[in-house]
Amino acid sequence: MQNTFLGRKNGIITIFVCLAIIYVIRLFTLQILESDYKLSADNNVLRYTTEYPARGLIFDRNGALLVYNEALYDLMVIPKQMKDFDTTDLCEILETNKEFFIIELEKAKTYSLYKPSIVYKQISSIRYAELQEKLYKFPGFYVQTRSTRKYPLSIAAHVLGYVGEVSPKTIESDKYYKSGDYIGISGIEKSYEKYLRGVKGLKIYLVDVHNRIKGSYKEGRYDSTAVVGRNVISTLDATLQQYGELLLLNKRGSIVAIEPSTGEILALVSSPGYDPNLFTASERSKNYKKLVNDSLKPLFNRALMAYYPPGSTFKLVNALIGLQENVITTTSSFSCGGGFNIGSHIVKCHHGGAVDFYGSISGSCNSYYCNVFARILNSDKYNSVEIAYTKWREYVLSFGLGKKLGSDLQYELPGIIYNSDYYNKYYGKNKWRAFTIISMAIGQGELGFTPFQIANMTAIIANRGYYYIPHTVKKIDGLETIDSIYLQKNYINIEQQYFEEVVKGMQMVVESGTAYSAYLPGLTICGKTGTAQNPHGEDHSIFVAFAPMENPKIAIAVYIENGGFGSTWAAPIASLMIEKYVNDTITRKWLEDRMINGYLLNNK
Amino acid sequence: MPIRNKTIWSKIDWSLLILYFILIILGWISIYAAVYNEERQYIFDLSQRYGKQLIWTLFALIIGFTILTIDSKAYPMFSYLLYILVLLSLISVLIFGKEVNSSRSWFEIGDFRLQPAEFAKFATALALSSFMSRQDFNLMNFKNLTIASAIILTPAFLILLQPDTGSALVYLAFVFVLYREGLPGYVLVVGVIFIILFILTMMLQNWAVMLIITMSSVLFFHFHQHKIRETIYLLIIIISSFVLIFGLDFFLKFNLGLNIVIIISLSISVLASIVYAFRKRLYTIFPMIAILLSSVLFMYSVEYIFYNILGDHQQTRIKILLGLVEDLQGAGYNVHQSKIAIGSGGFIGKGFLQGTQTKYNFVPEQDTDFIFCTIGEEWGFFGTLTVIILYLILLIRIVQLSERQKSLFSRIYGYSVASVLFFHVAVNIGMTIGLLPVIGIPLPFFSYGGSSLWSFTILLFIFIKLDVSREEFL
Repeated sequence: MQNTFLGRKNGIITIFVCLAIIYVIRLFTLQILESDYKLSADNNVLRYTTEYPARGLIFDRNGALLVYNEALYDLMVIPKQMKDFDTTDLCEILETNKEFFIIELEKAKTYSLYKPSIVYKQISSIRYAELQEKLYKFPGFYVQTRSTRKYPLSIAAHVLGYVGEVSPKTIESDKYYKSGDYIGISGIEKSYEKYLRGVKGLKIYLVDVHNRIKGSYKEGRYDSTAVVGRNVISTLDATLQQYGELLLLNKRGSIVAIEPSTGEILALVSSPGYDPNLFTASERSKNYKKLVNDSLKPLFNRALMAYYPPGSTFKLVNALIGLQENVITTTSSFSCGGGFNIGSHIVKCHHGGAVDFYGSISGSCNSYYCNVFARILNSDKYNSVEIAYTKWREYVLSFGLGKKLGSDLQYELPGIIYNSDYYNKYYGKNKWRAFTIISMAIGQGELGFTPFQIANMTAIIANRGYYYIPHTVKKIDGLETIDSIYLQKNYINIEQQYFEEVVKGMQMVVESGTAYSAYLPGLTICGKTGTAQNPHGEDHSIFVAFAPMENPKIAIAVYIENGGFGSTWAAPIASLMIEKYVNDTITRKWLEDRMINGYLLNNK
Repeated sequence: MPIRNKTIWSKIDWSLLILYFILIILGWISIYAAVYNEERQYIFDLSQRYGKQLIWTLFALIIGFTILTIDSKAYPMFSYLLYILVLLSLISVLIFGKEVNSSRSWFEIGDFRLQPAEFAKFATALALSSFMSRQDFNLMNFKNLTIASAIILTPAFLILLQPDTGSALVYLAFVFVLYREGLPGYVLVVGVIFIILFILTMMLQNWAVMLIITMSSVLFFHFHQHKIRETIYLLIIIISSFVLIFGLDFFLKFNLGLNIVIIISLSISVLASIVYAFRKRLYTIFPMIAILLSSVLFMYSVEYIFYNILGDHQQTRIKILLGLVEDLQGAGYNVHQSKIAIGSGGFIGKGFLQGTQTKYNFVPEQDTDFIFCTIGEEWGFFGTLTVIILYLILLIRIVQLSERQKSLFSRIYGYSVASVLFFHVAVNIGMTIGLLPVIGIPLPFFSYGGSSLWSFTILLFIFIKLDVSREEFL
């Protein structure tokens, strides 16, 4: 036998070995050097699903439900699992248009044959019950539950706030949130978000090539269960809040009611308001634009964000400062004579003859407070008007007027009360005197406070010298107390006895003074009227009050825009609110009817 | 009988048998992992593919031992008969075969399917060995070479008609056998050059390929003749004719395009070179010109065949391999998922039945053509290296055993076995790791399927039997 070409054996073996080496190098690169493939394999097989916990409920102070979660049902489809079915039958159950449904179904198919898509959103609970029974007839279809916030009483939109999809900015700053998550956007929903939201759960599933779930990843070692959000008990009194909203019907204005002994906000009304149900997840986009463009600005929270001159209610503060600074005593009286002359200018007043301390409050005498204010600023204790003004301003600020109170409500504004620099700049240093800024004596001029701040001022007087920062939440489930800043007393540097004197004056305001319209037999209401001058039209009607005189249960500030004198609208409304809260029944039906039916939206 | 058996077991090459069993067992475990179904974990469940593969394996062992008991003289004796029977079955499958995925490759008898193309391999190997071991056989004899080629290409052609391009391409492997028996080495070199030319044609513009061909020819001439002056003259001829044509085209705005410009300038330089060669009596330039022209011709035929003869899916597979198109959802999906499976295995793999790509069916055909992914994912680089080394040992061992045969028939047959196995392993693994286009041929002893398992068993065991009788002249 011939055996030439023996050497070619080695050639062939060399080819085998070379190719084996090439393959081994390739495998080494694929399996060891490149890490992308590991990631791609994980992406193929791992599905991260988030379990959303139920959001905490919100109750009023008496346990009435204010906010709860309602299930929404979406019909989902996995086109690949679909079999022939009666489209007409399904559309009849859903009560939907067949053409529309078929278009949605086609969209789902184009998106993915294996991944679920929504084909019909928000099935009502009744439809859902029927559908659930017949779902077996429609393979490939299933119902996914989502939840939305519901407000059974439709009240307190501005306090409760709303939830919505989290913004990209928040996602960036807070790792907890993922795109599509819901978050509290305003009100209690926002302030107490971290308690209400609970903790999301995470489940990692393994899926096969058809996206079918095959089991949990590593026996669920990396899974976590969702923790339900904490319920929150609000300080609001639902009945009072609802009543306040009713009284402000067809009026622009606001009501803020505080429990003085705790700083708890009992009611906070801004009118016109809106039904918070308009802002639930599915409805918001539709309604938001409408509400934003509404000329009455229902989204604007007047109670917290609208500046008004405090008007005559501010005389209470000046009276207290005057007493504390010893520029007047309770026996001081000034002659009024229909006004206070400052050179050619007169601050008008309607009294004749001498007015005493209590009378100055009950009768709201402008001249009296011009004198008091002038005496404070010209006091011998201080070397200059500027120093005296600064001292006076400190007193005012200590009432929470001109600064943010730091409540748990969003968008609180500080108010306006300028410091001396402003006047130095405006008039020149030492070129301004008490008379230059005398309008502040009676709460007009360069002063702007929110109804919320004025209500807190009233609570301070009711407490005879201290306040708790007003807040909207009384208790959070599972937590011992609320934030300690809401449990501290903040004292005003004015002696309690002076408060008692001012309170006496306020009692007279209702019993015999400017606010007899607020008088309620059997309950001592202490109040003060005010009129915020409005250069654009009819003045704003203001009334502050608390009751009962001893151990007050409620302090309230009522603002009615373009309502004229404080006694016309604000005082009766405040009186009704007090009656509702303290007595729980309304005896003055006629007054209530007049207030509810009052239509002031055309007033300007 | 006992005496005869004793001779078999004392002379048999145990290393081949052991390698065979190791590969069969690894293959079966891989199939179990690839089709693993949590509801049917029982490894002997006959309704599942791993259960069925067990039955095929038992049959394969019966076939294998039957082969060992048959007298080795029978193989050269009946080789032509077997070959003719196989050709008949390849013809009849075209007529009576069951059409699956638009190709007629299978006979279907009840639940049972048989793929004649698989059995054509060993029959062809036997026939080729018979023919080439004839006393008067001479490979350089044109008639003999033609007949040998016909023996190889006839089954390939019939398989191509099914069509099953992958199985037909396997017959290219017999080139190794011819090479071992004296086919001139340049045939292989020319083959490699044509493969490179093919890839260049697919990847580059025609003019660029022609430039490369031209420059390579000049270089070839230079290194062959070592005549620096003539080389420079040739370069001057080529460059000046190119500049001339390009300049004319550019200034007279014929807008011929680079391809035409290169063709014209190439023709001019060829003519000029011929004139120059005659003048200088430089006749060695003619082979160079011949290579150049045939390369250009090859380039155009490749283009023509690729776009006019190959099917769309074949074009796509080749384009994906060359990186000309990326299609991860469509035709490129298999390879992409296969690379993910293997690549995610890391060094020691994810562990038996822990491969997510494998378990959740991300790689199509994973129990058949893509079975290597299972090894890659679950056993990692360690596993793939082991498998490659096992195959390499098997192949080298077959080559070594072939060389120790006294009988030419046995040696040629041994090389046929090695070549066919090599082609299958190389193409199959090359495909799963993205080095070769997706050609659907099984991985020997690993892939699921009775026909291929039996065919490889027959192929190998005939050789083992021939080796037992290695002292005899057949």
